[in-house]
Amino acid sequence: MTTDTSDLADSGTDDPRASFRIDTLPRGLRTSVQDWAVRVRRGDPGGLPAILGLLVIGVLFSATTPLFLTANNIGNLLSQASFIALIALGLTFVLILGDIDLSAGVTGGVAAGFAAQSLRSGDLHAAVGSGVYVALLLGMLLAAGLALWKKLYVVAGLVLAGVGLLLTGASETHVWLAFALAVCIGIAIGVFNGVLVTSLGIPSFIVTLALFLTWEGVTLDAVKSTSIGTSRYEAWFAMTHRNMSPALGWVSLAVLVGGYAATAFLRQRQRARAGVSFDRLALTSLRVAVLAVGGGLAVWWFNQNRNPNPGPAIKGVPWAASVPIAFMVVFAIVLTRTSWGRHLYSIGGSKEAASRSGIAVNRVRIGAFVICSGMAAVGGLFLADFSGGAQPALGQGNTLLYAVAAAVIGGTSLFGGRGRPRDALLGAIVIAMIPNGIQLHPGLPISVVQEITGLVLLIAASVDAISRRRARSG
Amino acid sequence: MTDPILRVEGLNKSFGAVHVLHDVDFAVYPGEVTALVGDNGAGKSTLVKCIAGINTLDTGQIYWQGEPVTIASPSVASALGIEFVYQDLALADNLDITQNMFLGREIRRGPFLRDAEMETKARESLISLAVRTINSVRQPVASLSGGQRQTVAIARAVLWNGKVVFLDEPTAALGVAQTRQVLNLVRRLADTGIGVVLISHNMNDVMEVADRIDALYLGRVAAEVLKKDTSTSQVVELITSGRSGSLGLSATTAAQSA
Ligand SMILES: Nc1ncnc2c1ncn2[C@@H]1O[C@H](COP(=O)(O)OP(=O)(O)OP(=O)(O)O)[C@@H](O)[C@H]1O
Ligand SMILES: [Mg+2]
Repeated sequence: MTTDTSDLADSGTDDPRASFRIDTLPRGLRTSVQDWAVRVRRGDPGGLPAILGLLVIGVLFSATTPLFLTANNIGNLLSQASFIALIALGLTFVLILGDIDLSAGVTGGVAAGFAAQSLRSGDLHAAVGSGVYVALLLGMLLAAGLALWKKLYVVAGLVLAGVGLLLTGASETHVWLAFALAVCIGIAIGVFNGVLVTSLGIPSFIVTLALFLTWEGVTLDAVKSTSIGTSRYEAWFAMTHRNMSPALGWVSLAVLVGGYAATAFLRQRQRARAGVSFDRLALTSLRVAVLAVGGGLAVWWFNQNRNPNPGPAIKGVPWAASVPIAFMVVFAIVLTRTSWGRHLYSIGGSKEAASRSGIAVNRVRIGAFVICSGMAAVGGLFLADFSGGAQPALGQGNTLLYAVAAAVIGGTSLFGGRGRPRDALLGAIVIAMIPNGIQLHPGLPISVVQEITGLVLLIAASVDAISRRRARSG
Repeated sequence: MTDPILRVEGLNKSFGAVHVLHDVDFAVYPGEVTALVGDNGAGKSTLVKCIAGINTLDTGQIYWQGEPVTIASPSVASALGIEFVYQDLALADNLDITQNMFLGREIRRGPFLRDAEMETKARESLISLAVRTINSVRQPVASLSGGQRQTVAIARAVLWNGKVVFLDEPTAALGVAQTRQVLNLVRRLADTGIGVVLISHNMNDVMEVADRIDALYLGRVAAEVLKKDTSTSQVVELITSGRSGSLGLSATTAAQSA
């Protein structure tokens, strides 16, 4: 891509085909680096700020305490980052629209609260009382009805499945079905957010701020002012405390690298055949090799025993890392390879352009809110496990701010139109590093955590605003 | 005379208390360039948006190839074969040229996009317009100049082989050479049998390419004249006062409207 088009206009070629020569040439490493530099200059820094932040903060803590860069601490760090990453992954969809979901943290609280209460009580109805139980059922039926009205049939089906879980009591006996209930509750909340924003035209900022308060109350209704521990449920306790077996780690990596390699090579071959610019074999191979070697090193490293004390070995890739990565891969495919994803970006770029192109703008937007709240529920489950149990304050405090900060530090724009799932993971690690590293410095007051996190978010938002200005003027 | 391919009858449109279009009759003929002229605020863009399914009609009927149709949304219009280049273009800045040209009509296999095919077709479409100022269909629209954006919007309309193409002030932002190209293109489109509607404030452009001129005056059709029967000064008079000699609105209607 050339930045200056004027010299091409003057080049005096008579064949218009010639001006598109660049679209037919193969791209090697150099062109790809040049393209990247052009993108950064045009105001799309991608993962650059997050990687810089990662390095700066990482080097700072490694230099000041030997406890930071230990295998044990890295494992902890990933547990801390997992729920931030999961919520940020969902938020990415809403942020791409140029909207926000301030209730994502407490949505996770509500969802995990009901899941925990079902499991613990074995009779959710009796445990929360008829008022709350009936309200939950009616709320979900209403959400299903709204989804049907908006022709979101899959969403309606999922919410109704949640109603089924409640009525049959299935979520009270099986931990996985309790997870499913949590996600269905999250999805129902997403329907409310989406419909209120699109049909009534209330800014998402207001809708989700109002519901933030409501869900805080509902979490209290769900767990009844106690903390419901997760350690009794093996699958739940595994989220932030257990690891994949070393063998499963290798198999997962093989699937990931194999899948990436197969699609990348196929795609580039298709592009070459179609006569449009494609990445040279060497470039694609390099990408695959970087993923394979980097992933291989990570899996190998995690597969060493990292228990600092004698006793049972702690080894394997933490579920807290592999689950967010799995979601990231799926979401990246949805966003970049499907027309739904493209429509989502176009709405973030220009609602007007999208709706004039015949896109059902509101349906896509509700879908994004649904994914956001569904992921908030998944994040809430991880958070409940990380913080020892589902308790009344689950998902309140800084949870949401950390997730927004993670997405924005990763490179997702608060102005809409730009954002990638990968950014959410990178940003989550940066955000989780701050409390993790500071708590390793006993001399530092804990107030520093919030002060520094706030400043980091401010820096990220400034980078976002500046790059947006560049994109407009460039 | 051939029958119109697209016809609007008795169209009224208000925004709240503002009555923007009054009993508008309008027709587009295949193979002809129909110029829609009128002062700022006369209602030209509103008329286009009513036909596009962006604005709803208060009253009135649209006929497509003689059949009454209801255009409830932009996708209905494009399904019929009506393409639009809007005055404000409406491109998504964060997407590239190809992505904008195929927006809402992506080529897919199952749920997955076929980017290579779309890039090829986007390039072909631009080449068919003899575009020389754009060098990559993967360039983000945010980085394009006004003229380049205009070109992309027109190429998008051409890409879809519409039977009728509306161009709302397509040359307003263009330099001399590009205006020339667009006017040539407008003529070429009509010569292939497409019904072209050209909205423009530039009388030279209108007199050069139009076959038929419809003048809107404060939301009313002042007159529909054939280019060969009229002159620039007569069209200007219709635009500015709604009447010219025996042509146009009656003195009382014109006065009422004003
Ligand atoms: N969405 C809207 N809400 C309220 N009024 C509107 C709306 N759209 C257009 N109008 C009004 O309708 C009238 C006609 O506007 P329109 O844009 O159709 O004019 P135009 O003939 O295209 O003018 P121009 O040559 O400046 O483009 C104007 O008075 C405008 O203010
Ligand atoms: Mg206009």
